[in-house]
Amino acid sequence: MLTAEHQEPLTIEAFLEQESGKELLRFSTAGSVDDGKSTLIGRLLYDARGIYEDQLASIQKSKVNRSSGPIDFSLLTDGLRAEREQGITIDVAYRYFSTPRRKFIIADTPGHEQYTRNMATGASTAAVAIVLVDARNGVLPQTRRHATISSLLGIPRIILAVNKMDLMDYSQQVFDGICSDFLAFAGKMGFEEILPIPMSALEGENVARRATKIPWYDGPALLEHLESVPVTGGRVSGELRFPVQYVIRPDQYFRGYAGQISSGTVRKGDTVMALPSGKTSRIASIVTFDGELDAASAPMSVTLTLEDERDISRGDMIVHPDALPAAARQFTADLVWMVEDPLSHGRNLLLKHTSQQVSVRVTSIESRLNIQTMERKPAPLLELNDIGEVQIEAARPVFFDSYRENRLTGAFILIDPISNTTVAAGMIQRAVEQQRRFEHVTAEERQARNGHKPAVLALRDESLALRLERRLFDHACQVVALDGAQGLDALMAAGLLVIVPEAESARTIDLNALPLPVSGEAAVDAIMAYLEQQGILQSDRFSAGEGI
Amino acid sequence: MSSLSHLQALEAESIHILREVVAEFAKPVMLYSIGKDSSVMLRLAQKAFHPGKIPFPLLHVDTTYKFGEMIEFRDWYPKSIGAELHVHTNWEARKAGANPIALGTSKCCGLLKTRALLDGLAAGGYDAAFGGARRDEEKSRAKERIYSFRDQYGQWDPKNQRPELWNLYNSRVDKGQSIRVFPLSNWTEIDVWHYIHMENIPVVPLYFAKPRPMIVRGESLIPPEHNVIPLLPGEKAEMVMCRMRSLGCTPCTGAIRSEADSVPKIIEELLRFRRSERENRVIDHDQEGSMEIKKREGYF
Repeated sequence: MLTAEHQEPLTIEAFLEQESGKELLRFSTAGSVDDGKSTLIGRLLYDARGIYEDQLASIQKSKVNRSSGPIDFSLLTDGLRAEREQGITIDVAYRYFSTPRRKFIIADTPGHEQYTRNMATGASTAAVAIVLVDARNGVLPQTRRHATISSLLGIPRIILAVNKMDLMDYSQQVFDGICSDFLAFAGKMGFEEILPIPMSALEGENVARRATKIPWYDGPALLEHLESVPVTGGRVSGELRFPVQYVIRPDQYFRGYAGQISSGTVRKGDTVMALPSGKTSRIASIVTFDGELDAASAPMSVTLTLEDERDISRGDMIVHPDALPAAARQFTADLVWMVEDPLSHGRNLLLKHTSQQVSVRVTSIESRLNIQTMERKPAPLLELNDIGEVQIEAARPVFFDSYRENRLTGAFILIDPISNTTVAAGMIQRAVEQQRRFEHVTAEERQARNGHKPAVLALRDESLALRLERRLFDHACQVVALDGAQGLDALMAAGLLVIVPEAESARTIDLNALPLPVSGEAAVDAIMAYLEQQGILQSDRFSAGEGI
Repeated sequence: MSSLSHLQALEAESIHILREVVAEFAKPVMLYSIGKDSSVMLRLAQKAFHPGKIPFPLLHVDTTYKFGEMIEFRDWYPKSIGAELHVHTNWEARKAGANPIALGTSKCCGLLKTRALLDGLAAGGYDAAFGGARRDEEKSRAKERIYSFRDQYGQWDPKNQRPELWNLYNSRVDKGQSIRVFPLSNWTEIDVWHYIHMENIPVVPLYFAKPRPMIVRGESLIPPEHNVIPLLPGEKAEMVMCRMRSLGCTPCTGAIRSEADSVPKIIEELLRFRRSERENRVIDHDQEGSMEIKKREGYF
């Protein structure tokens, strides 16, 4: 069992030893005040000594106490005046605390529907999400929303915190019921892990220490679990993505590309490619203030120099040539729309992605997500807090990975170029091939390209038939001379001119009946003129005798 | 490779922020308050642009009530690392006799800090200003963005902040508008001291305990320097073993009793401490939520 207080070092040596291996974990919480979220965070901070005595004293002095206990922990976390007055958490608030094993950053977000954008903001950097449920109410529509947003924003792990178990007599049946309700939909959302924990923030059961009143639960307490889950979702192991932020050029001898590695590892001597130029070079050095490195991994901020002089600037991306990101001007993405003014297709906006900004147009709104039912349905607009799939066309190619693969090179924000506000957060799905929805090539399209209608021509004279075929072919006609009349419908459908010996039906143009000159060439001339006259050959493309 | 320690992760994030701002703004400046957070910010700026120089100037808003040791440090350290320093003072208010006793703390701050800061930023034509504020310092700061947008009057609207996702910062401002940028947003007080220790960063000696003359009033230790605080009958400064936990103007910055005379000892002290660092700042006690009011008006 963990008790942070007992393990806290009091000497500098013990402190430095402990800190050297301490990792940083970012997690988000979503839930409303009624679920006891502020109390839970307050409890976590208090038990992990993230709260100072004077802050506690100021809360104990406060005239407001909405809790049933001696300390209203929720007052610790509701920062802004409006929130204190209204008793709701409006904005994303960041909290910090530390245990001997880890430093934690909490992105504390509001739970109400009108704050979907704030939830998305908090979720964007989190490795774990705590979805809070009041044991009395069970899974509510907002629980589903929290899980959906967490999934959409790519949080790999979920903790289902079933709070206020004290008010349900710590009943296993209640807990199991809530878990199965939650797993019924969240189980399909692609999370790597979902861990339900029964707890009481008010009584401290299963928050910082294991519960004493829940004998039927033998899993970890909340803090214990937060101390052991993986910190990142594979940023180090991914492919190298190094967006160039800034070119450092103190004098003519040094030219370094400064940036923070989004994913992967770069080593001195690696062959790398700069995008969009596609030019390759080798890493000459990995420069830092503290000396050169042989290798650097995400999320380090470093400066790279190359063996060859290359024209690379901010917004470019350095990668390994055998592991390129997607490059496309058009792509589909999920958007969280964040402003009152709704999005309609055709809107021109600025896209900020890695270290580049580019003008884009939202070419279509493909669908809007109904968060309750998880259904995607066509919609003309995206309104505030809507989540939808759109197609975006950028003024120049964007280098990206799908958000599912890489949360940094797959993410972007959209900015309104007039008001300068951030209007949307986006998660790239995939590049759009320059494709249309394919339908049959129409007869009109075939005619326009071929310069003729399809027709079946009957001509008994075989040598004349072959001569005609050659002439039409030389004019780039789709033509074939057959010695019988099989499968003509298919050939007509393909837009062909078909030459057969005998008229097979009323649609056949029977050339045998024409009075033709004896000379082969003159006979073909006459046939060509006749076909033009009949409207089979488009007259502007054919004038008698003029082969190609 | 093993994953980064939390301090390395914070450092990498702060360097990313510093570089973004320099790449995207026309005229950035760093608000230099001389304190420990400024010292850390300055080191991060050196790291971000190495082997180049720090590509922006520093601006110190001098209320004239700072400790002499702070001014000494200010005039030495930035120059020693090749940084360019500007100093701005609201002389008009100062000459009219502005002080926290005559005007009250919040009005004095309004004139000598907030007004002077806004004027100093306007005079330099700066469109982005780095500040060393941390979100763990005070409740209203918990919701502050890393890029904090300010209107033409330098004011902050907490209800109308730009959403900030991933590591993507919206740098668009119109003429006359600006942003404040807080590269240390995610650092805590102990992170700052830990980093100072690891990096061997110079800080003002006022942070280290030694016997100093102090007016002892109940729990408070008030520095007598600048003679602003009127003494009560029979009161006089006495020598107390103490240090400053945060630095500001002498009349409004209380000292704490301490034996910690080195960075490791300060860290050990913090490990035992259960009081927040702004507690000894008189300015935060005017009324509940006073920091938020100051910030709305343009204070850092």
